[in-house]
Amino acid sequence: MLLINCPCCGPRDEFEFRCGGQAHITRPEPPEAVSDKQWGDYLFTRVNPKGLSLERWVHAAGCRQWFNVARDTVTHEIRAVYPMGEGAPSLTTGAAQ
Amino acid sequence: MTKYSAFKVFLEGLGGQQGWSPAWRSPQPKRRYDVIIIGGGGHGLATAYYLAKVHGVRNVAVLERGWLGGGNTGRNTTVIRSNYYYPASARLYDFSLKLYEGLSRELNYNVMFSQRGMVMVAHSRHDLEGAQRWVGAMQLNGVDAEMISADEVKRRLPVLDASPGARYPIWGGFMQKRAGTARHDAVAWGYARAADALGVDIIQNCEVRGFLKNQTGRVTGVETNLGVIETDKVGMAVAGHSSVMAQLAGFELPITSYALQAFVSEPLKPVIDTVMLSLATGLYISQSDKGGLVFGGALDHYASYAQRGNSPTIRQVAGALADQMPSLGRVRLARHWAGIVDVVQDSSPILGETPTPGVYINCGWGTGGFKAIPAGGYLLAHHLATGQAHDIAAPFGLNRFFTGALIDEAAASGIAH
Repeated sequence: MLLINCPCCGPRDEFEFRCGGQAHITRPEPPEAVSDKQWGDYLFTRVNPKGLSLERWVHAAGCRQWFNVARDTVTHEIRAVYPMGEGAPSLTTGAAQ
Repeated sequence: MTKYSAFKVFLEGLGGQQGWSPAWRSPQPKRRYDVIIIGGGGHGLATAYYLAKVHGVRNVAVLERGWLGGGNTGRNTTVIRSNYYYPASARLYDFSLKLYEGLSRELNYNVMFSQRGMVMVAHSRHDLEGAQRWVGAMQLNGVDAEMISADEVKRRLPVLDASPGARYPIWGGFMQKRAGTARHDAVAWGYARAADALGVDIIQNCEVRGFLKNQTGRVTGVETNLGVIETDKVGMAVAGHSSVMAQLAGFELPITSYALQAFVSEPLKPVIDTVMLSLATGLYISQSDKGGLVFGGALDHYASYAQRGNSPTIRQVAGALADQMPSLGRVRLARHWAGIVDVVQDSSPILGETPTPGVYINCGWGTGGFKAIPAGGYLLAHHLATGQAHDIAAPFGLNRFFTGALIDEAAASGIAH
């Protein structure tokens, strides 16, 4: 069970949220110059880290705002919550193995 | 290898059980193998077995970080079925089901494959229309499937709440009679024993920590905690850890790892003699020979490598069970656990070559890897031995994510992820 600190609503039960997967994926441009490999990577290839993971979440049953979460996929510890559009905070990758 | 038989069991009973030999050896790794398989679960062990049996490639090692079948092979709900939608999937999963049908005899090991049938229950007009479309596709693909009436569902599953005020009313459903369950550990152990008898080295507690490559980028060996082992060909069958292993080998995959939970109740007298899946809640349930209700539902909600459950999902899955089968509402759970499954966007596996020459992969089975063990092993062995993808495996290559030829079973056969 996660307690997620929504930037608008404060700490809430994970059941109110939805995880939108990997954060900081940039759409390759310009379209006419994008190869099939780049496009496939953009759509499908994911980092899927064991340890520190940067993810987008939405407070679906609350303020419905999107934000970013830095979370450990082994311990489920939430290391940071930061706004959309902001770069990833500098965190050491946890002791995940 | 001691051949197992009823007569042998009887004879050993007279002799105080002193004549049994270990089912497989525990050898030290050799300096070099023709093929190294990473992952000693069902898929890895089956790959080694079919390499030795079908292709005569016997200088093979299976490297397992923990113990045999300790990952998803030992963590699933043991359901075997082939009720998929697209022709490519139907060929793949039905091939697996056919191999399961002969597996106990082939391996001389009782995998307790019980074709008790599987009933998919529809709870609304929309569920029923979806089921009809699904059955139509299965029949066109030559896989057994039949629609059954609401009365037939109630007859086969008297434990379901069929009262007028039921939370999930029963509108009918469909059935695959050849589906069933098998003993999950026995599948891993049976393949391990048969592969070992053909000369395969099964090396447990051996973790792969890196890959050795030559100037052209081709794999030449693996680094392990037991030292360097040389090889030209590596087969990877590590399920939820595929992304981690791929990163060591120098490529990325379209995979996200999630926890999938399963549950078993205290033992009860027989109440369910088939496998049931609810199309509304995603609950699936069967009863083990020991009497425990074995059930599961949807994935946990976010990516995870923690092999443990998460309470909101427990509430959801157990709640669905209590809603649909109120008479079981007070049954206690004996255990619950989680496996880390490798989920791909189109819910179909990835089989074949990787961007690293010499490394072949078998992954992406998501929540349905157990049923595919014989096929996954057979097809990876074929690719490793011949250098060519088997016809059945060809549509499932990694390149489909770049050509766009996806096999989207999530939309087609209503998989829960």
